[in-house]
Amino acid sequence: MDIIKANTNINFMGQRKLALVISAIILAIGVASLLTRGINFGLDFTGGTLIEVAYPAAADLGEVRQALTDAGFDDFTVQTFGTAREVVVRIPVDQAEETGADLSTVVLNALSAQEPDIDMRRVEFVGPQIGQELAEQGGLAMLFALFGILLYVSFRFQWRFAVGAVAALVHDVLLVVGLLSILQINFDLTVVAALLAVIGYSLNDTIVLYDRLRENFRIKRKGTPVELCNLSINQMLARTLMTSLTTLMVLMALFYFGGEIIHAFAFTLILGVIVGTYSSIYIAGNAAIVLGVSKQDLMPVQKEGADDQPETEILPERFRNREA
Amino acid sequence: MNRFPPWKYALLIIVLGVGLVYALPNIFGDDPAVQISSIRGFELEQDMVTRVEGILETHGIESRAIDFEPQRMLVRLDNVDSQSRAADILRDELDEDYVVALNLAPATPGWIRMLRAEPMVLGLDLQGGVHFLMQVDMDTARTQQLERFVTSVRNVLRDETLRYRSVRIDRNAIVAELRSPEDRETAMRVIARELDELVLESRDGSETFNVRATIDEDILEELQHTALRQNITTLRNRVNELGVSEPIIQQQGADRIVVQLPGVQDTAQAKRVLGSTATVEYRGVDEQNDPHEAHRTGRVPAQSRLYFMRDGSPILLSRTVIASGDNLVNAQAGFDQQTGQPNVVVSLDGVGARRMLEHTSQNVGNRMGVVFIEHRPEVEEVDGEEVHTTRRVEEVISAAVTREPFGGRFQTTGLGSATEASQLAMLLRAGALAAPMQIIEERTVGPSLGQDNIDQGFRSVIIGFILVLIIMAVYYKTFGLVANLALTANLVLIVALLSMLGATLTLPGIAGIVLTVGMAVDANVLIYERIREELRNGNTPQSAIRAGYEKAFSTIADANVTTLIAAIVLFMFGTGPIKGFAVTLSLGIVTSMFTAIIGTRGVVNLIYGRKKRVKALAI
Repeated sequence: MDIIKANTNINFMGQRKLALVISAIILAIGVASLLTRGINFGLDFTGGTLIEVAYPAAADLGEVRQALTDAGFDDFTVQTFGTAREVVVRIPVDQAEETGADLSTVVLNALSAQEPDIDMRRVEFVGPQIGQELAEQGGLAMLFALFGILLYVSFRFQWRFAVGAVAALVHDVLLVVGLLSILQINFDLTVVAALLAVIGYSLNDTIVLYDRLRENFRIKRKGTPVELCNLSINQMLARTLMTSLTTLMVLMALFYFGGEIIHAFAFTLILGVIVGTYSSIYIAGNAAIVLGVSKQDLMPVQKEGADDQPETEILPERFRNREA
Repeated sequence: MNRFPPWKYALLIIVLGVGLVYALPNIFGDDPAVQISSIRGFELEQDMVTRVEGILETHGIESRAIDFEPQRMLVRLDNVDSQSRAADILRDELDEDYVVALNLAPATPGWIRMLRAEPMVLGLDLQGGVHFLMQVDMDTARTQQLERFVTSVRNVLRDETLRYRSVRIDRNAIVAELRSPEDRETAMRVIARELDELVLESRDGSETFNVRATIDEDILEELQHTALRQNITTLRNRVNELGVSEPIIQQQGADRIVVQLPGVQDTAQAKRVLGSTATVEYRGVDEQNDPHEAHRTGRVPAQSRLYFMRDGSPILLSRTVIASGDNLVNAQAGFDQQTGQPNVVVSLDGVGARRMLEHTSQNVGNRMGVVFIEHRPEVEEVDGEEVHTTRRVEEVISAAVTREPFGGRFQTTGLGSATEASQLAMLLRAGALAAPMQIIEERTVGPSLGQDNIDQGFRSVIIGFILVLIIMAVYYKTFGLVANLALTANLVLIVALLSMLGATLTLPGIAGIVLTVGMAVDANVLIYERIREELRNGNTPQSAIRAGYEKAFSTIADANVTTLIAAIVLFMFGTGPIKGFAVTLSLGIVTSMFTAIIGTRGVVNLIYGRKKRVKALAI
């Protein structure tokens, strides 16, 4: 069975200007949203207290709010979580409140006074200093991952490819974070993990394409970089679609059956897989071409014995000038 | 012809065999069990087994087996009913020195257990429980240390009859103000002699001649380290009171402690217990009166109080406290340099040292007792309502003869064994004034949510897995089925590795497994697409297979290494949930490389490799 005909030749690179425009527009909207609406940071980063309780029947949120107001709380949010029976109460960090960890006990007592049959599902309390640290760690992790990848790809391929790969990754992360901001998805630690997995996945795709591109550069006698890039993308199209399909399948399973807690995680990854597949075609391939990848860059490295002398002679004019 | 050398098949079979064995414990489930451990984390005696067997036998409860380890013993029972009955009976019959808790023991058959194969550990988000992150307030700990030294410095100066204007704390240092340069010189000499932990410096005040003393950096670090360890010991003691089956108490970073209590839902009680306090008191032993007499008649001499030793025998101690936990700086178990006997070396602060010297100079040849005092939180049911109270528990942990007068640093010898010495040191430290702690993070998962997480997690793994199996079989036919075998083997290997490493399985960890399942087929897709391409280029089936595997290899390796970089970074920087995800993702990448490349090649070779002529491949 084939989903892609053997000699498919879609002119992906012909649409590359259009693709750049589309990317730019979505990115601009995302960044605008990031600047105006910001990210809906979860408890992990803001600090505060979260209490999830399950009611025997659909909960009346008004009553829940009343119970909390009566218990002396004035700054809190009450929402259902997944089903109408599950209720989440969020209380922001109060600087004056020294014993933040005891807050949950007070809330649970207030809620069970009103409805004795509630079931405590989870309590999370994150102190303000922890939230700050987690945010820093998340950011650092992202930077280190990108840097490590840049190094590895430079080592295995060439710096132009490394820059292209990282450009694609930055594009993916920005785009996904922008979309999360537009949709105001709750951004917690699991979303950071998902973003790093997106980096991994998108990179995987990019590397596969580059690998083929390198091979084609080496074995094909004719063809401009754009043509070879197009050829490589078409050759790998079946594989790209197949892997994206299986990954999306399991992510869908996670999204629909994994429960409310894993929702944001699965959603981020679904966005990431789609964006990552697209970016390895248009951003990674494009960037390498724009940066001027040429046949010579990808020829197997000459043996030590062969001097530098003859090498300078085969180098094209523009390349020689740059090296000087 | 595509054939594998026999050693590759041997490798495949061995890896899969080992994987299967170590993954196996996860399918047997658990036996209900009762766990018995010492309340202070001491080692259990071997004869406890016969004792517990005896108790259960007299009450007609049949135990399936008793697993004995010095740290804890597990009594396996047939059902939940006899489990709770056995726990109640054991709680009544055993003394207060033991903690009896309900637990689950893996029902792994004996021969697998012999290989040390154990099921995966479930994270708190799956089995329910409490996670606390506690911050030790090091600033206050440092101030406490400085205050101790202020008292010591005053005492030293007083003992030299040096008159000083003041000794006070100035930020991170102690400043002593003296009236003349000569006084200052003497002061510096005697302080340096008596308190070698301090670094001295002379500073001139406007009218006074000052000595500025700071605590030596190394010693300060050591003191902070001790403060943290002391808090961990204290927490461990507290947690034992809760009767939690498998608590985790660990240092995190320089000044934090993680406490994980699986199965505990009453966080309010947990917080109370963790916050409760203990102290020690040094008191002289009343050698004039007979404690047994006092115990029997109830008539206690006016200047004494009746206490009990750990073994239950009565002892009379003076009403006057010589020194208490507030004065205790450190207690360390070791060996006497002269006799080689196990000992405990105790250091007291200035006030304690002076009072100790006063007492011991007058009481050579008499015994001195150490009382351990705890405030244990308890829950009682009064008229169906839960009432929380704290009970003061006192017990004499040591009574040793004073051989000669001593002050701030002394040792206790004559202890039965090195274990006894370390137990005494541990109790002394637990009673010392600890640095204050604060809960800075709490994550509690109720049992119902834990179960939901397990159910939903496993459901999504299975559904995702089946979807991928179907797609692969339909799209790649025979080769798809081979890939499916590899995928199954991959799942088994991930579970086996997680079990072997003792890694904790969390909900994000399950998500990592799901993602790996989706991505693991990528290697096979790459190989198969390549084989198809080679076939289209007119290659024979055999050479297409060979070329497909060979040419796809570097692509697969590059793609996986880069993903692995991301996963390792995730592991290094991540905490809690992120780490769990990173662990399963990295393991999955490694195992999938093995199963998807070597594993499928082995099977493909078995199917097609031996035939001289293959007309077509089912791909």
